[in-house]
Amino acid sequence: MSDNARLVNRPELLGILALAVLLVVILPLSLDVFRLNLVAKYLTYAFVAVGLVICWGYGGILSLGQGVFFGLGGYCMAMFLKLEASSPENTKIQSTPGIPDFMDWNQITSLPFFWKPFHSLTFTVIAIIAVPAFFAFVIGAAMFKRRVGGTYFAIITQAVAAILTILIVGQQGYTGGINGMTDLRTLNGWDIRPDHAKIVLYFFEVACLFGCIFIAQFIRRSKLGRILVAMRDKEDRVRFSGYSVANFKIFAFCVAAIFAAIGGAMFALQVGFMSPSFVGIVPSIEMVIYTAVGGRLSILGAVYGTLLVNFAKTSFSESFPELWLFGLGGLFIAVVLAFPNGLAGIWSDYVQPQVDKLLRKKSPKNGWTDASVADGAPAE
Amino acid sequence: MLIGHQPKDFLLAVEGLTVSFDGFKAVNDLSFYVEENEIRVIIGPNGAGKTTVLDLICGKTKATSGAIHFRDKDLTKMKENQIVQAGVGRKFQTPSIYDDLTVFENLEISFPRGRSVFGALTFKRDAIVRDRVEEVAEMIFLKDRLNMSAELLSHGQKQWLEIGMLLIQDPDLLMLDEPVAGMSVSERIKTAELLNTIIKNRSVLVIEHDMKFVEDIAHKVTVLHQGQILSEGSMEKVKNDPKVIEVYLGH
Repeated sequence: MSDNARLVNRPELLGILALAVLLVVILPLSLDVFRLNLVAKYLTYAFVAVGLVICWGYGGILSLGQGVFFGLGGYCMAMFLKLEASSPENTKIQSTPGIPDFMDWNQITSLPFFWKPFHSLTFTVIAIIAVPAFFAFVIGAAMFKRRVGGTYFAIITQAVAAILTILIVGQQGYTGGINGMTDLRTLNGWDIRPDHAKIVLYFFEVACLFGCIFIAQFIRRSKLGRILVAMRDKEDRVRFSGYSVANFKIFAFCVAAIFAAIGGAMFALQVGFMSPSFVGIVPSIEMVIYTAVGGRLSILGAVYGTLLVNFAKTSFSESFPELWLFGLGGLFIAVVLAFPNGLAGIWSDYVQPQVDKLLRKKSPKNGWTDASVADGAPAE
Repeated sequence: MLIGHQPKDFLLAVEGLTVSFDGFKAVNDLSFYVEENEIRVIIGPNGAGKTTVLDLICGKTKATSGAIHFRDKDLTKMKENQIVQAGVGRKFQTPSIYDDLTVFENLEISFPRGRSVFGALTFKRDAIVRDRVEEVAEMIFLKDRLNMSAELLSHGQKQWLEIGMLLIQDPDLLMLDEPVAGMSVSERIKTAELLNTIIKNRSVLVIEHDMKFVEDIAHKVTVLHQGQILSEGSMEKVKNDPKVIEVYLGH
């Protein structure tokens, strides 16, 4: 109980350290730049998965539209990079030099007003956070104040994902359409394409991911985290204990949206393009599956889940491209039926006790039994 | 404010309250008044609208017409969490606690501080909170179970926990919906004792079927029947009212 006041208890700290060693030391040393860049791409989804742990795992709000926020963050970043890549010198063969190439192809002759602020990196960084947060707030307020929840909310978020995809594809002249924004080159003059830039970006991304993990951990450990668990369980009791349930849900949804958007912005930087194929229904559902496989109640589990599912996706879809989606669906069903707490659940049920036993044998004095704190694990 | 209807010392004034569900009037033009520090018990046959009355007061159900004044506030225009913050606490019929949290955490969430999003993020579990939680846990006989997951408690203990969660809120008006239902005889005795300590310095509105229990605690009894008041007054008066005997007590 006294442990609760601290941000992390000892097993959690060990877990975070282990992940840090894996991401900062083991992977960069053992993988070539191409593979490391793949890991970097996977990790952009880990931001979404960590957000879903707070929103879905703790708050019980299943969003099947996280791709929307991933996309909003990604597009904000891509707009800045695209503008920088479309300097008049680079685009002098266009009929209107100085605007992005896809605009020129679509007979647009001047930069639309909402593109103009994206000349500024400061504005872009703020927009990456603020735009998705605003959208999540509006969607959240509209739904949760009216007590729309559960499946209905999930379906609506899915509809939003579909709508945004259609909008992006349809407004080709402003968004780059189905191709997305390609050929992104420099960030404030710094070329993001060569190998050494990829490595710098990788470490920057890992740092941001740990930032998000710590924020998520702080939320989970605060009373707000316990209220989210309480709400998932007995919404009415929370309401009649004097809390505005809608506000807490909006908060959780906004946090998840912001994390997803940071992931999206990292994606644009790492991969060098952004397209509507990361916004729609299928990627949004995949993101939920990463969290489910990793364990929806475990922040670190979500990161491992994302990495594993994506590695599997890359290797399987190379050999059986048409079977992969069925495999993914099967995996999701299997996890939900057999291991509702995902990899993290398997770890804490089967592996952790063995590890504890070994550690206790080695140092009998050092038995930090974390007295079965319920800690938000669902009652099943 | 309806002048002349409402002398200052009423804590709760329910006036002309009506709620209809698709034309069926579950509560029909109901008026009653609860004084400060009064213990009022509502009894009546099934379907009389007892729970609906509590739902209306705490904002779970919106009234079709009528007014509910709590001190100088009109509860019919407020949201549920605002009603709680104004000082109305509600216990549900089936124990409504958070199974996934410990007893300590269950009580802590009900502690009336840090109820906004930001407040909850920055909430500190300081000595005041800890002492209060322990004090309440002692009253509800769960002091040695603070770190236990709430789902492992027995039915009676869950009922006590929810009463404790209300107690820590320190409401001016406490509403209890069948607090001893489903309890064993010994649990019932302990609950009566518990209720007798927590009803001090506040008004209490109780729904209960156990007549022995009602006699023990009630200052005044209101008998509801088909959404209207059949009889009201002391237990003695109500018990001997022929209308009450016919529709309720005679069974």
